[in-house]
Amino acid sequence: MNLSVNLRMALISLNTNKFRSALTLLGIVIGVSAVISLMAIGEGVQQTITSRIESLGTNLLFIRPGESSENRISRGQGSAQTLTLDDAKELQSSFSSSFITGVAPESTTTKQIVWEKNNTSTRIVGVTPEYQSVRNYSLQSGEFIGYGHMENNSQVAVLGSRVSETLFGLRDPVGQQVKIGGRPFQIVGLLESKGSTGSFGFLDDQVLVPITTSYHRLSSQRSVNGGITVQTINVQIAEPMEMERAVQEISTLIRQRHRIEENDDFTITNQQETIETLKETTNIFVIFLGAIASISLLVGGIGIMNIMLVSVTERTREIGIRKALGAKRIDILGQFVTEATVLSLGGGIIGVLVGLFFILMLDGKPIFGDRVLETGFSSQIAILSLAVSAGIGLFFGIYPALRASRLNPIDALRYD
Amino acid sequence: MNDDRDLIIDLAHVSKLYKMGNVIVPALTDASLSIQSGEMVSIVGPSGSGKSTLMNVLGCLDVPTSGKYLLSNEDVSQMNDNRLAKIRNAQIGFIFQTYNLLPRLTALSNVELPLLYGDSRDSKARCVQSLERVGLGERVNHKPSELSGGEQQRVGIARAIVKQPTLILADEPTGNLDSHSSNEIVAILQDLNKVENLTVVIVTHDSEVANCTNRIISMRDGRIIDDSRVQNRRWLKTLEYDSVGDNQF
Repeated sequence: MNLSVNLRMALISLNTNKFRSALTLLGIVIGVSAVISLMAIGEGVQQTITSRIESLGTNLLFIRPGESSENRISRGQGSAQTLTLDDAKELQSSFSSSFITGVAPESTTTKQIVWEKNNTSTRIVGVTPEYQSVRNYSLQSGEFIGYGHMENNSQVAVLGSRVSETLFGLRDPVGQQVKIGGRPFQIVGLLESKGSTGSFGFLDDQVLVPITTSYHRLSSQRSVNGGITVQTINVQIAEPMEMERAVQEISTLIRQRHRIEENDDFTITNQQETIETLKETTNIFVIFLGAIASISLLVGGIGIMNIMLVSVTERTREIGIRKALGAKRIDILGQFVTEATVLSLGGGIIGVLVGLFFILMLDGKPIFGDRVLETGFSSQIAILSLAVSAGIGLFFGIYPALRASRLNPIDALRYD
Repeated sequence: MNDDRDLIIDLAHVSKLYKMGNVIVPALTDASLSIQSGEMVSIVGPSGSGKSTLMNVLGCLDVPTSGKYLLSNEDVSQMNDNRLAKIRNAQIGFIFQTYNLLPRLTALSNVELPLLYGDSRDSKARCVQSLERVGLGERVNHKPSELSGGEQQRVGIARAIVKQPTLILADEPTGNLDSHSSNEIVAILQDLNKVENLTVVIVTHDSEVANCTNRIISMRDGRIIDDSRVQNRRWLKTLEYDSVGDNQF
């Protein structure tokens, strides 16, 4: 008995009980489409998170000061005022531009910003002109902070898109006069939105001013050695492979400048490591989703087994007839296994199509505010699901088929 | 009498015991029987006399508990399931009281079934041929539910002869039929026996049917109690196989 005959027989008998076959198929369809779409969503979330972190700029190291303490009570990492603008300048001049492509120090305070009757409280970030390229900002209109502004402690500001919206609505703020912390500032530029909200919303909800202006006009911080303190120095490395070396050499340089022998008064965070850690986390998330979906696939498989057992009992007489006419055990086994596999593989194929449909529906739909979900359909998962569903048919079909093949032909012929 | 080489069935002291719970029930006791090629034999006896058990043993659906069964000079009494299945497929054509056609398949596909489990060369042509042999050449694509009882049994006969078996075993082939259809079926079996020299064994309650064979074996309580030639054998005329009178309106 060859495969094509088995297939024809399977289709005839599945066709006899259309509704029942359809329901059994549905179990597998739900399982497979759940696996495919949940995996694709997981994949998409992972891509979204990674691309968001990379929107901060790529190949970045973040240098932050260590902790400070008052009466032996720590104020936490980054609270010390040991990192200065001079450190940043020194970093820029000490390394070649093919190794470190940009150094961008920043210092942050929170101030009230007022325009006419509108006001908001937001982060005022003191930056240098390099900040734009290192942190990957582009301008909607106007210009970025220049070296001239730095030297003159100019009271100029570049608005984040969210701040601009709060204060100016849809108007172009460039050229307007605002008050930040009570001092008049001229708006010279408007940033393009980074397109993120939620935990990453701060990228649009900030105002950039020259770091010198921030220090002299807005902030009351002073470093121990009199320089301008900064809270973070963003360092962009040319080659991602050089990250380790960069961390080493930057550490050495700052230790020398700060005359440190034992405990560092700064920390260096590797952006790549952050991405890796997040990827690991989201991987667990993806696997978790897949595992949940797999349970429904398993339930579908049990459905197949159930219906095949019913079918074997119902068709006892048919089995008897076939055996009397010369069907061997293996022939009967093959017939029922084929039937189960047709169900499961058919369900698998429909499931992949349904899953694909869901994926296309969800693709581009907003998930985190104005961020859209990019679903990551992978043909590997589709093929894997098909293989798994075929396997389920074999696995759950074999027991009922064995039962059928072991029936005694005399008893089977007598069965009503 | 015929030569020994033409012995189709040679049953020597065959017994079959069934276990029912803790009791052992003898269904067939010390049955010895030989049937020559080309014979048409009927087995008669009341219910529970062991006819069916004898048929199952003869049809290789069951193996005897003791004794020896040679089918075409081959000892089948100790064969395993797979070899028995092969023997059934190649050498035996079954005809059942309830026809035992698969309801979802057409007449043609039903006749094709034995070919699926063995060699299946020219299967379609062979199936059509054997349906024509029983006068159903016009109804090859009908499902069993679209055929009368007599026609369904003729499909059963076509299925039994499609592999050109050495032995036809018919278990109450006319049990579910009216006398008209019943005569038709017996006539076909007689014709196959006479024209093609097929060996036919019929289990029946009906003495009319038994008288159409050339030898009657009587059974009672699991034993063969009588084995005699039929003196005035009845010959039934085949009805030129017109299915018209049978089924129309």
